[in-house]
Amino acid sequence: MATTIAPVTARPPSTPRKTRPDLKDRRRQRWGWLFVAPFAVVFLAFLILPLLYAFQMSLMTSTLATGTNFVWFDNYAKAFTDPIFLGGLLRVGRFALIMIPAQMLVALAAALVLDNLSTWASKFSRLLIFVPYAIPVVIGALMWGFLYSPRFGPAGDLFGLLGLDSPDFLAQGSIFASLVNIVTWQWAGYYMIIIYAALRGIDPGIYEAAVLDGASGLQIALRVKVPMIASSMVMVLIFALIGTLQFFTEPQVLRAVAQGAIPVSYTPNMYAYSLAFSYSQFNYASAISFALGIVVFIGSYFFLFLTRKQSGLK
Amino acid sequence: MKAPILSMAGFAAAAGLALTGCSAGGGESAAKASCTNTIVNKEAPQVTVWAWYPAFEQIVDTFNETNDDVQVCWTNAGQGNDEYTKFSTAIESGSGAPDVIMLESEVLSSFSIRDALVDLSEYGAAEVKDNYTEGAWKDVTSGDAVYAIPVDGGPMGMIYRQDLFEKHGIAVPKTWDEFATAAQQLKDAGGEGVLTNFPTNGRAFSQALFAQNGSVPFEYDSTKPTEIGINVNDAGSKEVLEYWDSLVKKGLVTTDDAFTADYNTSLVDGTYAVYLAAAWGPGYLQGLSDADEDAVWRAAPLPQWDAAAPVQVNWGGSTFAVTSQAKDKELSAKVAKEILGTDEAWKIGVEESALFPSYTPVLESEEFAQTEYPFFGGQKVNEDVFLEAAAGYEGATFSPFQNYAYDQLTEQLYAMVQGEKDGSKALDDLQASLEQYAKEQGFTLK
Repeated sequence: MATTIAPVTARPPSTPRKTRPDLKDRRRQRWGWLFVAPFAVVFLAFLILPLLYAFQMSLMTSTLATGTNFVWFDNYAKAFTDPIFLGGLLRVGRFALIMIPAQMLVALAAALVLDNLSTWASKFSRLLIFVPYAIPVVIGALMWGFLYSPRFGPAGDLFGLLGLDSPDFLAQGSIFASLVNIVTWQWAGYYMIIIYAALRGIDPGIYEAAVLDGASGLQIALRVKVPMIASSMVMVLIFALIGTLQFFTEPQVLRAVAQGAIPVSYTPNMYAYSLAFSYSQFNYASAISFALGIVVFIGSYFFLFLTRKQSGLK
Repeated sequence: MKAPILSMAGFAAAAGLALTGCSAGGGESAAKASCTNTIVNKEAPQVTVWAWYPAFEQIVDTFNETNDDVQVCWTNAGQGNDEYTKFSTAIESGSGAPDVIMLESEVLSSFSIRDALVDLSEYGAAEVKDNYTEGAWKDVTSGDAVYAIPVDGGPMGMIYRQDLFEKHGIAVPKTWDEFATAAQQLKDAGGEGVLTNFPTNGRAFSQALFAQNGSVPFEYDSTKPTEIGINVNDAGSKEVLEYWDSLVKKGLVTTDDAFTADYNTSLVDGTYAVYLAAAWGPGYLQGLSDADEDAVWRAAPLPQWDAAAPVQVNWGGSTFAVTSQAKDKELSAKVAKEILGTDEAWKIGVEESALFPSYTPVLESEEFAQTEYPFFGGQKVNEDVFLEAAAGYEGATFSPFQNYAYDQLTEQLYAMVQGEKDGSKALDDLQASLEQYAKEQGFTLK
């Protein structure tokens, strides 16, 4: 008789009790602040101040012909009705729908397989799957640009063996899939490590119990392991979501070899980049960046809310 | 994937902080240390220069050795857009720009409208006016203002593979009609490649092809900086696009992106039998690898729409401008005028950097005309092709948002070769998008 174990969700540690600040605590806090100071200074100077400056810029307009004016939130109204920005958001939305499940499935499958093996081959495979993440994103994208190239890439030869014409990976119709492939190749290994680490943290006793109850290997994987690492999966999901909404480097690098298929405003981040650095519209570019920031924030919050049970936030 | 724009803004702001921090205690000596060249006379005041010409260090050394009162401190800040992006950021932050900067003539308006360039008519530009061709001088002026000193030009011609032409029995085309026939002949003869490539990201190249058929895309005068005339969907440009669209549809030319590794290889391995090029094109070809060793290159004039009334056009061409952040504008203007304003400097410019001078004492010299180029099997390409093309060039006017205009042109051309619209519709759409952009930027349309 096969019984299944109810999914066990990870529980957060109990909330720390409120402490009364006494003299000793206050002195300790002073030391705490001192230790935090180096970080805080850098954090303020390199993140908070530039953010405030960019926000201030986003409240002004500066056109080529008429100079700079303070316009409150006009740029934001313009951004959220700008078909190019909205089109870019829609595009990264589509990327999110395809790319995130693809990365997570590859990462999860690899992690589950590696978790079950304990030979030298598994350690070696783990390293190999992780290696793409160690390659800088720009280098990775450049490399794939060559692999996709009809002249230098291997596809021409491979399809030639079968007597077929190689597809053009950099054409308008295929660039989407080509980009999904690059990102999945690069990031699946990283997510695999996160998931794998979570899997190693599970008490093996649970598996023994499952085996005693007659669970097969597949059942253990899907009905014991996966539910137990749900919180890690949610974390991976949030990472992937934020990264995808801010999609920039890969299309920007591939644009050098596919300027037609990847227009300058392909993703919202690329749009902000070209506005600022090609068209010198720094103000509107700041507004677009903040508008994207708002969307990312709402998107991440929404997902955290939806997955609050799995992630253990509830 | 994770390169948020805000962190870049943060980086720029932080760099600004660091710079102000430096200048408190002897920032000048810190700036001097960043020269690529060696300073000959250490006592003299220095003028910083950004430029990306090949073999430019020799030109800088010549200048520094012959000038006691000023020294050039040169940096290569990147080529084309890379440099412009840095310059643009420096303008926005109010510091960090060089004194003198190399700019292509097509971007001068884009920077002069941001008050980033000094009007050199106040610093003796008129004295050197006669040293430059009329077309080149028109490219650097707007109204009475002179925003730069011309350096080199890109008169256009047709560089072709004589061996491939002979192999397939193709005559060298003199008109675009003959060019289309030649393309068909090459295909019928079963040639491995195509006659040429029509890149959708041709930018200045596409613009030059339009100009050959009478296109005057922009009217702009920096004395009336809020007015602009836009006319990119004229009948001439439409005829040019329909011509190329039909060649593309018949499979007679390819539409590969220009300046990619694929394109570079195709240029030299015989995939394209013709390279529609500017005078700097041969220099570009010689820098490419994987070339066909048996290639026989020759140059001929650019095909014409009307052989009886030839029109000469220009692709590219660069200048030296003085930035509004220049510390000593007088001295900077002197550098802009003189660094490539002597026969000595141009000897290096022509022989080492393969530049095509706008500087008439060299351009009109017998020696330049009679130079035989080994790359072209000893052909005197200047006399045969490029000098005539340079003499016939009348100058052009570019928009103050040229980069945007080119990006939009690329999108429209790509849509055309994808079969989404015809050439006429593509240019109408381009006109509409540029008009809208101009209005958003506060211009009044003429």
